[in-house]
Amino acid sequence: MRKFRFLLTTLFTLITGSGAFAGTYDLTVDEMRAGYDRGERLTMAINGQIPGPTLRFREGEEVTINVTNKMDTDTSIHWHGILLPYTQDGVPGISFPGIKPGETFTYNFKIKQAGTYWYHSHSGLQEQEGMYGPIIITPASREPYKYDRDYVVMLSDWTDEKPEAILDHLKKNSDYYNYAQRTVGTFFKDVSEKGLGATLKDRADWGKMRMTPTDISDVSGYTFLVNGKSAAQNWTGLFKPGERVRLRLINGSAMSYFDVRIPGLKMTVVQADGNNVQPVPVDELRIAVAETYDVIVQPKEEKPFTIFAESLDRTGYARGTLAPKAGMSGEIPALRPRPQLTMADMGMDMGGMDHGAAPGAATAPAMNHGAMAGMDHGAMPGMDQPDSQSGIAPKAAKPGGKVLVYGDLKAMKPYAEYRAPDREIEMKLTGNMQRYFWSIDGVKFSDAEPIRLKYGERVRFTFVNQTMMSHPMHLHGMWMQLDTGKKKFNPLKHVVNVPPGQTLSVDVPADAMGEWAFHCHLMYHMATGMMRKVIVEGPVAANMEMGHE
Amino acid sequence: MNRRIGGFALLFCILTTGATAMEEHEPNYVFFQADQFEYRTQDGDDSLKWDAQGWVGGDYEKLWLKTEGTKRIGGEVEDAEAQLLYSRLLTDFFDVQAGLRYDPKPNQQRSFAVFGLQGLAPQYFEVDAAAFLSNEGELSARFEAEYELLLTQRLVLQPSFEVNLAAQDTKERGLGAGVNDIELGLRLRYEIRREFAPYIGVNWERKLGQTADIARDEGEDINVPSLVAGIRFWF
Repeated sequence: MRKFRFLLTTLFTLITGSGAFAGTYDLTVDEMRAGYDRGERLTMAINGQIPGPTLRFREGEEVTINVTNKMDTDTSIHWHGILLPYTQDGVPGISFPGIKPGETFTYNFKIKQAGTYWYHSHSGLQEQEGMYGPIIITPASREPYKYDRDYVVMLSDWTDEKPEAILDHLKKNSDYYNYAQRTVGTFFKDVSEKGLGATLKDRADWGKMRMTPTDISDVSGYTFLVNGKSAAQNWTGLFKPGERVRLRLINGSAMSYFDVRIPGLKMTVVQADGNNVQPVPVDELRIAVAETYDVIVQPKEEKPFTIFAESLDRTGYARGTLAPKAGMSGEIPALRPRPQLTMADMGMDMGGMDHGAAPGAATAPAMNHGAMAGMDHGAMPGMDQPDSQSGIAPKAAKPGGKVLVYGDLKAMKPYAEYRAPDREIEMKLTGNMQRYFWSIDGVKFSDAEPIRLKYGERVRFTFVNQTMMSHPMHLHGMWMQLDTGKKKFNPLKHVVNVPPGQTLSVDVPADAMGEWAFHCHLMYHMATGMMRKVIVEGPVAANMEMGHE
Repeated sequence: MNRRIGGFALLFCILTTGATAMEEHEPNYVFFQADQFEYRTQDGDDSLKWDAQGWVGGDYEKLWLKTEGTKRIGGEVEDAEAQLLYSRLLTDFFDVQAGLRYDPKPNQQRSFAVFGLQGLAPQYFEVDAAAFLSNEGELSARFEAEYELLLTQRLVLQPSFEVNLAAQDTKERGLGAGVNDIELGLRLRYEIRREFAPYIGVNWERKLGQTADIARDEGEDINVPSLVAGIRFWF
């Protein structure tokens, strides 16, 4: 019945949408039983499916989205990466009060952009339950690349536990999910490889910090999904040999980064976070939580190709297949060994490194970030090539293969209003791993004042990651122009990944009035405090029109 | 006795109300862990020993409960203590704690004011140091340390160390000034789940100094080695 209604709605949308250039979409949030290899559990889903339905908008369209909450708890939907009035952004407590049980909230906004995006709940830990789905926006003008087929590849992490239980475990034992810790066995292995002295020094260095190099991810036990299908269920996209296939990679995970490759195929990255970039052919790419990358592949042989997405902690993989016909399965590569952090990842011990084209990169960011303020180029190690000292920087599985780095991303079109930032705000990414709470500048969201920006100003945010985890930082409502040293060709992003111990800068044009969320997109990091409210204010008169103080 | 319990209850109310009022904006978690819940065999004089801690609170402020004690098999509770502490995060890895301790056993009951530090020291040592001032004005202190050596991801060897000190003689409690006793333990547990781990181990208690002299005079052992088996659990 629900499916039927959705079909009707879609049909209605297609008919009316084409004439009036406006579309109405209905989403219903309800509880549902779902599960994979190990049985089902009660979870939350949109229109009875995980992921929710793919929303297809057109640039310039006036969209109306009715979201009905059939659960007995509040909910919300946030349109990730979409530029819209802040009251339509869907963040409870910032943009609106949330959607109460039994209520329908109608979102209304005009689509001002094109590309691949996604949507998800922004209430509590609901996103992890299965409340996420893809958004595809067709551009008003022709795209600068051609393709014959178009598939969404939405990656996500499914848990058999309730997300609240996961957070409870982490609060009481932050190593709860790490079953790859250092043991007596790894000690003797290291002694035989590196010698006793080096091994003891290494153990002492980590022990002094009370941290562990095996801390790659906070949560494990996930089943990784492609478009809601487990590796065994094998999501398949069909092609005819020679066709160009566009894959819209979306990382809709709560906590999992993926290293994505399609053995046997070169992937040409044409879009990052919904924005066209100058094409970059790669063998592999790492997709941070909440990022999107569009790639074009061209399989020429009549055989199946495996889309292989290993989680960064190597506890598993998501897998799909590109195949000439249904039911085929390509070879599945072995998981690579789990990476370990190095002292370089902790922002230490980096003297004497040669980063070639990245001047100044030899300064250890977490130790000496002050010196980097005011630099107008991205001097981050790993920006132009994977950081060789890092234990977790991506490395291509294929010998000599090319892995995507941020330095490869160059906007297709120059940003007309590019200029030097008016001011800089440094954001130290901080946290207490032991007690499992996260913060910015040492202050949790619950204790923090909002960040105030003036409408029209251009603000450089410099992220200084002082923790041992990567943080995918996400700003709502406005683009972040990631400083890769390409000035007006710096790519526009809604999520930037800040690796441990590193510093990177983004320029934000404060061009959207209102109150916006700014947070780490690892769900349990956001939930425990790594978040800020950003208020973009105009002159006093404009603020009064907007209806806040 | 009743007045003491009443006082304790009142303090508990004050502390809980205080802690919840201060952290209204963040969720509270409830934790309980029996680090030791074990059977000890020592030359036909077997006992049951517990050592447990729990807390309720948020990231910065917690209300802690600590209890430990020994019950003779076929006999009665030989010694028992309970501490109720307000705990505040002092640095990334340490909490400062203050509150009350009450020892219903042995028979010369005492109440104590407690001030302590608990947390994770460099090189991953779990430490707990506390000073106690009794209602009779006696000052004492305790230091505990534990380490977790992972033999495999689930098989964990846990050495532990405890020392008790006193500033004065308390003859009726069998304690002398100086070092009262030390306790060394070595427990091997298997984490079936993180929350549930059966273990076996050895434990050795040794009374020292004047405390040992007093024990000798009363015909008690000053040297108590034992084999232990138990379950470590938390929720």
